Amino acid sequence: MNIRFVCNGKPTEVETPPMARLLDVLREDLRLTGSKEGCGEGECGACTVRIDGLTVMSCLVPVYQVHGTVVQTIEGLAADILHPVQAAMLAHGGAQCGICTPGLCMSAAALLESDPTPSREAIRVALAGNLCRCTGYQKVIDAVAGSLVEDR
Amino acid sequence: MSIGTSPPRRDGPDKLTGRALYADDLRPDGMLYGATVRSERAHARILSVRPDPEFDWNGITVLTAADLPGPNVVTLMTDDQPILADGLVRHVTEPIALIAAPTRERALAAAKAVLVEYEDLPALLDPLTAEGHAIRIFGDDNVYKRIRIQRGERSTLTGHLVRARYATGLQEQLYIEPQSMIASPRPDGGIALVGSMQCPYYVDRAVKRMVGHDRVNVLQAVTGGGFGGKEEYPSILACHATLLAMRTGRPVKITYRRDEDLRCTTKRHPAVIDLATLVSDEGKLLELHAKLWMDGGAYHTLSTVVLSRAILHVGGPYRCPFVDLSGTVVATHTPPNGAFRGFGAPQAQWAMERHMDRVARTLHLDPIELRRRNLYRDGDITGTGQVLVAPGGFAVLESAERAAEAPVTRTTVRPGVTGARMAAGRGLALAWHGCGFTGNGEAKIKGKVGLEVRGSDVAILSSSTDIGQGTETIFPMIVGETLGIPAARAFNTPHDTGLVPDSGPTVASRTAMVVGGTCQKAAEQLLTLLRSRLGDGSFDALVSRWDPNWGPLAVEETYEVDPNIQWDPDTYQGDAYPTFGWSCVIVDLRVDLDTGEVLYDRVVTSTDVGRALSPALAAGQIEGGTLQALGWATAEEVVLDARGCMRNDRLTNYIIPTALDAPEMITILEEIPYAGGPFGAKGIGEIPMDAPAAAVAQAIERATGAILDTLPMTPERVFSALEPR
Ligand code: FES
Ligand code: FES
Repeated sequence: MNIRFVCNGKPTEVETPPMARLLDVLREDLRLTGSKEGCGEGECGACTVRIDGLTVMSCLVPVYQVHGTVVQTIEGLAADILHPVQAAMLAHGGAQCGICTPGLCMSAAALLESDPTPSREAIRVALAGNLCRCTGYQKVIDAVAGSLVEDR
Repeated sequence: MSIGTSPPRRDGPDKLTGRALYADDLRPDGMLYGATVRSERAHARILSVRPDPEFDWNGITVLTAADLPGPNVVTLMTDDQPILADGLVRHVTEPIALIAAPTRERALAAAKAVLVEYEDLPALLDPLTAEGHAIRIFGDDNVYKRIRIQRGERSTLTGHLVRARYATGLQEQLYIEPQSMIASPRPDGGIALVGSMQCPYYVDRAVKRMVGHDRVNVLQAVTGGGFGGKEEYPSILACHATLLAMRTGRPVKITYRRDEDLRCTTKRHPAVIDLATLVSDEGKLLELHAKLWMDGGAYHTLSTVVLSRAILHVGGPYRCPFVDLSGTVVATHTPPNGAFRGFGAPQAQWAMERHMDRVARTLHLDPIELRRRNLYRDGDITGTGQVLVAPGGFAVLESAERAAEAPVTRTTVRPGVTGARMAAGRGLALAWHGCGFTGNGEAKIKGKVGLEVRGSDVAILSSSTDIGQGTETIFPMIVGETLGIPAARAFNTPHDTGLVPDSGPTVASRTAMVVGGTCQKAAEQLLTLLRSRLGDGSFDALVSRWDPNWGPLAVEETYEVDPNIQWDPDTYQGDAYPTFGWSCVIVDLRVDLDTGEVLYDRVVTSTDVGRALSPALAAGQIEGGTLQALGWATAEEVVLDARGCMRNDRLTNYIIPTALDAPEMITILEEIPYAGGPFGAKGIGEIPMDAPAAAVAQAIERATGAILDTLPMTPERVFSALEPR
């Protein structure tokens, strides 16, 4: 099936079975390997991307569903300079091994768009679908809480 | 000056933008996908392995043990683990055959289409039964190792005898990146490996032995967490991928699915610990008797070393004039257990800290006051006869208690917690952790680091990998500081065994302290080399005047063990570790009295790190390790079926803490310098695993009266331990 969508700002066309996972199309067909596979069943959030602004686990999305939509992956989160979330994660030490980091950044960026001054509690809720085994989340939450302060 | 500051991590920008390439992100031209056919039985003879004639085998390669070019052994400590089972399987999920196919889907389908016929044999799944059983798994008695330490004089005083049994369960490392490895044929007939790993030279040795030649190099890809789970296990994937690459002449990638990774890879050793103490009326420990068993699983892996560290830590950070400590690690027909952050010490100290609470209960003493009365002081002697220099127990206890005075902000009630009837409690626990290898380990390893001046920059050559903890950032800081140049001008080269010396494995809280110390020495050697020709001057001035005819500006340094460290591996007496880290953890939590669920409000940790080379990286290690320990305490339970196979092999039912489960943390870094570490630094990677679980148990007890001596303290266990109200 021919699927067309806007990926990271670029019109994109792929020829693929309709039920192929969006994660595989991104990683294998488009070679956008920043979205990671930690579980393949919607539990870890390492594959988080945005479709028309909504965060989704791309391992659970059959690719036909993105036909005609706007998809953003970590590769499209920032152009030349880091997105404020990425910059804050760097400054606060929110990334360690980094395998969860792209997914966390996508979820955090979406949160800050809907709520530019989230409480730490709200940040925890928004990031609850993104597992991180390295950081204990403390510096991740510091970063997301800090990214807005430094931004203003 | 960068030591003591927290510059952004070197690999941060690539990781944050998705540019960093992990093993599964790589796809060399012509690559095939590998998959593994595994045993469905715990203990069985293999009668036949044959391809299903109904399946389309076009383009698919199948290999078994018969296809091995060399010894059928995963090289590590003991030659007992086959690369592929040959005629006999000793645990469920043991690899039997390998598949290479053009797509991942075809590879997985083909693995299912390999038909294995078994003749079942009786299996021993319980370590206490397996010890000395007539069915043999390892040696004469199914014991990988026994260790006994006895020291001191039996007490002549009468006192209170307190005894109890404690237990801990399996725990999965749960790095978020599953195991992954790619083997590619080299033009010279050799094999190049790239993969997710902690220890490139373990992989290098295992593959070279299997293929029988030296044309092998191993490169660490960016690695998505290890925690010990990528210490020894990647050698198995590497041998498998190499076999398939040699047979097909193409690169082959093996990436485990999460469920496969959970069922097959090593876990934390479960342990049963019997403690008996004689305690004076004033609460002074007079005698400690410990008996500890661990389940090693079907193959040896690193079990004897895990046992060793468990026994050396079982007394906790407390002085005791007589100790009799014995431990046994037993073989069973279950998937092998292996390295996991803490390496036996968390299990042992869980038991001792719980036991201190039991002693306090028995003597009607405050549990913290009891600890104070027994905590190691300067000059005290440990169970191995080691004289302690500047132990940090009191320092971490006091700073943690001070920090815990800050008011606790209670988190809102979480999903799964009813919130109707909640009981709040606070718990405190202490731990010590030996930094680096036990005893004479470093003397055997002789870890090396190379430095090369390249233009105006300095390349650091080591096999110490960055698995998230920050090696790529820390080593340049140490070298830059020593040479008097900005850290930004020093960099780690790729960790490729074809290009870097063997610095020893990335384990045992040794990378910053031991290999970092070797980096510092190497930088001093580089300065000495420059000054021997040119006299005094700044590094840059000397380099600019260096005549290339004098030879390359490069040095290699080997770790020098402190000659004052004496260790007898036969009697287990002497200096067990070059130094110890110390930690105190204070947990505030609430227990849901209707469900037994534990809700974490706050955790204060105070840790003696020697010197915080980068406070942000050090705190990051401690916070991550603390949450991993809280997971072990109340959430993470591996459930085995009747074959010893992990039943809850998914992230939906093996539960690790999320951002909602994690408490706010206050992280204090105490700095009691260790003269043998770079700028005073001690190892810190593992100590955060040691104390939290016991602090949680004490807090639950304070909140509810429920006494729990077995980990994990799942809601079911907590609920059934609650007093009926
Ligand atoms: S890979 Fe999609 S949620 Fe884990
Ligand atoms: S940084 Fe390693 S899993 Fe989050």
